Amino acid sequence: MIRLSPLHLASIRDHAERAYPHECCGALLGRVADAGAVPAVKDVEALHAAENRRDAEAAARRFLISPEDYREIEALARERGLEVLGFYHSHPDHPARPSEYDREHAFPWYSYLIVSVRGGRAGEPPVDLTSWVLTDDRNDFDPELIAPPDGGTQAR
Amino acid sequence: MTNRILIPSALRRIARSGDSVDVEARTVGEALARLIDLHPDLGQHLYDEHGKLRSFVNVYVNDEDIRYLAQNDTPLSAGDVVSIVPSIAGGAPNVYAVDGLSPAEVKRYSRHLIMPEVAVEGQLKLKRAKVLLIGTGGLGAPAGLYLTAAGVGRIGLVDFDVVDTTNLQRQVTFGTRDVGRSKLEAAHERLHDLNPEVEFVLHETRLTSANALDIIRDYDIVVDGTDNFPTRYLVNDACVLLGKPYVYGSIFRFEGQVTVFGAKNGPCYRCLYPSPPPPGLVPSCAEGGVLGVLPGIVGAIQASEAIKWILRAGDSLQGRLLLFDALKMTFRELKLRRNPDCPVCGPNRTLHELIDYEAFCGIRGEEVENDVSVPEMGVKELKRRLDANDGVVVVDVREPHEYQICNIGGILIPLGELAARVHELDSARDIVVHCRTGVRSAHAVGFLQDAGFERVWNLRGGIHAWADEIDPSLPRY
Repeated sequence: MIRLSPLHLASIRDHAERAYPHECCGALLGRVADAGAVPAVKDVEALHAAENRRDAEAAARRFLISPEDYREIEALARERGLEVLGFYHSHPDHPARPSEYDREHAFPWYSYLIVSVRGGRAGEPPVDLTSWVLTDDRNDFDPELIAPPDGGTQAR
Repeated sequence: MTNRILIPSALRRIARSGDSVDVEARTVGEALARLIDLHPDLGQHLYDEHGKLRSFVNVYVNDEDIRYLAQNDTPLSAGDVVSIVPSIAGGAPNVYAVDGLSPAEVKRYSRHLIMPEVAVEGQLKLKRAKVLLIGTGGLGAPAGLYLTAAGVGRIGLVDFDVVDTTNLQRQVTFGTRDVGRSKLEAAHERLHDLNPEVEFVLHETRLTSANALDIIRDYDIVVDGTDNFPTRYLVNDACVLLGKPYVYGSIFRFEGQVTVFGAKNGPCYRCLYPSPPPPGLVPSCAEGGVLGVLPGIVGAIQASEAIKWILRAGDSLQGRLLLFDALKMTFRELKLRRNPDCPVCGPNRTLHELIDYEAFCGIRGEEVENDVSVPEMGVKELKRRLDANDGVVVVDVREPHEYQICNIGGILIPLGELAARVHELDSARDIVVHCRTGVRSAHAVGFLQDAGFERVWNLRGGIHAWADEIDPSLPRY
């Protein structure tokens, strides 16, 4: 489960709409609420909008956070006593479902939040804003529950 | 000489390590090898199947990317810090590229490819998928046809039966010319013609406790097209033990059920039915009949669920039992929950391997249609006694509409009415009871014995045996 405030969700949607027709991307920073739980319970406390390092032509359907940017994001998280919980990105004019490319390039444990943007309008949970975690065997993504910070269920 | 490796947060969780691990190494390659020795789970995330560092895994020595140094041979000095740095990449499904599909496949699957929910990505998922279809008959026929047409890459077919004329009313894979042929051979021929792109693996065997795990292990998802209790429990337990989803379907007369069992987190067949019904209580299609089009509908829903599962599209029937009634033309749904005490999928499960499912279901298998615990008489013996007119009474416990199809002049008392009409029978006389093949009449004989009848026999093989051995002019059904 990953818990985000309505403000965080709105910021992600806003970023996705501004980047349209390109993909946006960014990092989810926060804390692990229950280290023992499987799957982990993650509390997002900050977002970090990243620059899509793909060139303009490829950016309509690909995103890349460069290693340099990643190191900056890690350092930023560490400064604030947080850790990197995962990443968000948008799928312009495509469903909020992880692609094969997403799977092949995914890291374990991280949450991969995907927001669908259709015609410049970003979608809402549970269908158009979804979160996914790579399975242990790397073969698939498991859907991750998206919940508000108070712990109630908002959407899958 | 000790060097520190900095681990990104995601991999810390996998390694169950802190944010750094200290190793002794002379080069970067050695340092990473030590790291994987200490935390073997990291291996597959850092290296691909060819042993190459994954393209999105970057390794830095201090502030330098080793790609610009000597790669894995980059030497380490005391105090050098090695960092594993992900580059995070991803993107929307690529609808333009057709890598992995031939021009012929692009044309064949074009109605899939133009839907964003499937597209090239989805079609490639189907192509990579391996589906096991158990039984090629009633449910297996439509399921097999649609899975094949959809372009599932590998389809395993399990069957050991022979095509019979009575199959043709619903098993649409087979034609009249296939009667008497192996179902597996006939189905393979038809399906291969439908889509030669699909690879078929033929398992000409009955699925048993001895072979089920080995057969199912190689597939991603199982579609159960059989309709008997021992096989259902067997498929369920094997799929739960292997962690494979299995698409369940059942049909009877005008009604069908479909759901997805056995998958991770989901309820299983045993959560719904912890134990099988007593043998004989639930009639099979051969005994109770089935509307020919019903398996077409239910089997097609099973194919649809398997395809959605492969595409990860939409809402699966997992956790929902779909009930279809063709007479009322209604679809209803029941919520299915996991049984915390389930012996095979619960936290305190007691079943860790496959068992003898025919014993579990109280039968020796479908072919054994006679209950040997009641006295029997053969058709030739009955014929002799009827010809001798020695006072033997024949009782037919089938239904009136079956009696209409064919009969040998017995007194018609359907099994369900026997208790109420037992007084019509004279216990002083010799009574021979029959049905279609001998299953129902065995129950009737047992009932009559309990009611005090001593001179009562079950006609071995029922009216079918009569048609085979005495009167070939009788229609078989």
